[in-house]
Amino acid sequence: MKNKKLKLFTIPYAAWMLFFVIIPIFIIGYYGVTDSNGNFTLANIFSITQYEHYKSLFLAIYLAIICTVICLLIAYPLALILRKLDPKLSGTLIFIFLLPMWMNMLLRTLAWQILLERKGVINALLTMAHLPTLNIINTNAAVVLGMVYDFLPFMVMPVFNSLSKIDDSVIDAASDLGAKYHTVLFRIIIPLSIPGIVSGITMVFIPALTTFVISNILGGGRILLIGGLIEQEFMHASNWNLGSGLSIFLILFVFVFIAISMFFDDEEELA
Amino acid sequence: MGKNLIELNHISKIFDGEQVIDDLNLSIKENSFVTLLGPSGCGKTTTLRIIAGFIRPDKGNVIFDGVDITDLPPNERQLNTVFQKYALFPHMNVRDNIAFGLNIKKKSKSYIDDKIKYALKLVNLDGYEKRNVESLSGGQQQRIAIARAIVNEPKVLLLDEPLAALDLKLRQEMQYELKKLKNELGITFIYVTHDQEEALTMSDTVVVMNQGYIQQLGTPEQIYNEPENAFVATFIGDSNIVHGVMLEDYLVEIFGSPFKCIDSGFGKRQPVDVVIRPEDVDIVDINSDKAILKGKMIGAIFKGEMYEMECRTNDGFEWLIHSTDLVEPGKEVGIFVEPENIQIMNKPASEDEEAVEVLAELNEE
Repeated sequence: MKNKKLKLFTIPYAAWMLFFVIIPIFIIGYYGVTDSNGNFTLANIFSITQYEHYKSLFLAIYLAIICTVICLLIAYPLALILRKLDPKLSGTLIFIFLLPMWMNMLLRTLAWQILLERKGVINALLTMAHLPTLNIINTNAAVVLGMVYDFLPFMVMPVFNSLSKIDDSVIDAASDLGAKYHTVLFRIIIPLSIPGIVSGITMVFIPALTTFVISNILGGGRILLIGGLIEQEFMHASNWNLGSGLSIFLILFVFVFIAISMFFDDEEELA
Repeated sequence: MGKNLIELNHISKIFDGEQVIDDLNLSIKENSFVTLLGPSGCGKTTTLRIIAGFIRPDKGNVIFDGVDITDLPPNERQLNTVFQKYALFPHMNVRDNIAFGLNIKKKSKSYIDDKIKYALKLVNLDGYEKRNVESLSGGQQQRIAIARAIVNEPKVLLLDEPLAALDLKLRQEMQYELKKLKNELGITFIYVTHDQEEALTMSDTVVVMNQGYIQQLGTPEQIYNEPENAFVATFIGDSNIVHGVMLEDYLVEIFGSPFKCIDSGFGKRQPVDVVIRPEDVDIVDINSDKAILKGKMIGAIFKGEMYEMECRTNDGFEWLIHSTDLVEPGKEVGIFVEPENIQIMNKPASEDEEAVEVLAELNEE
């Protein structure tokens, strides 16, 4: 009786998932394996082998990797510092850190466009200070900058969480046994924070890989990533079959990536 | 026993404006088993962490084997710690945990293997090398933590409430094992606990601490039989602490009745605190000559090895009495105490003042 009543509460969620996740996936699945006449074909999926297509995929992977590495290099030392702070102070700092996320990502990315433009805010300030101007708008660098800015919190949070779970006495024990700081870091702290690092990498790499907003706004149409390519097929070329086919490929790619990262995560917990 | 291995000189430490340790002096002899005993917040763990090097004292210095190590980081000190929550490395198996310190010292593999075998034998866990530490019970984890510390052959082993997380039965077993281990290793143990039984069972020397001061330092027998002040008396074991007046040398008045005692040197009519252990209170026939105080038994609980009874004397004080012979509640009885079982203490003006006095005495020694 009670269980039945509780089940009623799951209906809105189930309905949402059905209409906005499961059905769309089937629609994509359908378009992905058919041509414009509705006949079955795998050509849409295999079109990834076309130069223009795999070039945008490789560029997306390349930029997402750079973004992930930069995020990790910024987030890890930051999380190490936050871990040592008084919980009240670290809580406040994390709050300040997450504050920009309350604003729409599109707006934040547009703000970077205005900052980075040839005659933008940053260059105006640099000119005023008689310094050479910064011309990175519409380059890979600008796209990576935007990605790092947007996705950094997704790296900081899981890394910080896993670091703060490490018992201080474990670290004390290592130095008590004669370990210098770098030994403690590489033999104890980093191995124990691998679950956080793995989920941070997943949470940064996947949105960076599939983004089209950041590359469109900060790449000025010159930088076409796989996400942007799919968007073009749907919105501009109105070729839903090709867009769906590429989407299926990308979804499979992400699945493989997640499976690999879960494997590493489990490995760590078992060891 | 030999020379002083560790000396703490005028150590003070303030945390968040709170004086945790105030001008503490302590010498620890080589090969002794010293226990720092006190309630939580008394500064015992802070003292241990200062010796280990995790905390730097604000004032004072730490001398180890004649060398000032106050500024030496923990990884350069020749001592090892066993932590309360074991602090094993969860991502390593038993072998790698124990080998951690030896790997850092770049010992050969055969040396490390021999050491691990020896240490595991010592803590009764032979053959556990490949086990995952998180699959072990609390007692086993603590043994691994001990093995991990002793393979480094420290001159001093610091133990920070190592048995606190274990259940009673296991705790008692481990007390004997630790004592045995200490004798086999022939090194100095510095042990921190809030458990008086642990302190009395294992130590050569007990250091009773409260509010950042040493209240008393002595053998377990001294601490138990001759507490320096009311704090020590109440903290170590059960006791009856009553107000008394010294009538003359060897005679103290309790609730208006004179008791013979073995203390002298107090002023005439000087008020004092009198400590009488529950097992030292003798119940005698109410009409006997020995019945110095008279009262009525008001309760009895069977505790296994003895009865814990209460007797309310005519002055209203309720005496705690331990005896193997049951005296039924309701019975009118007399109370007698042997002179050597009466412990006379100066009345403190305040707890702080008392602590300073004790410290001054220690410094004179």
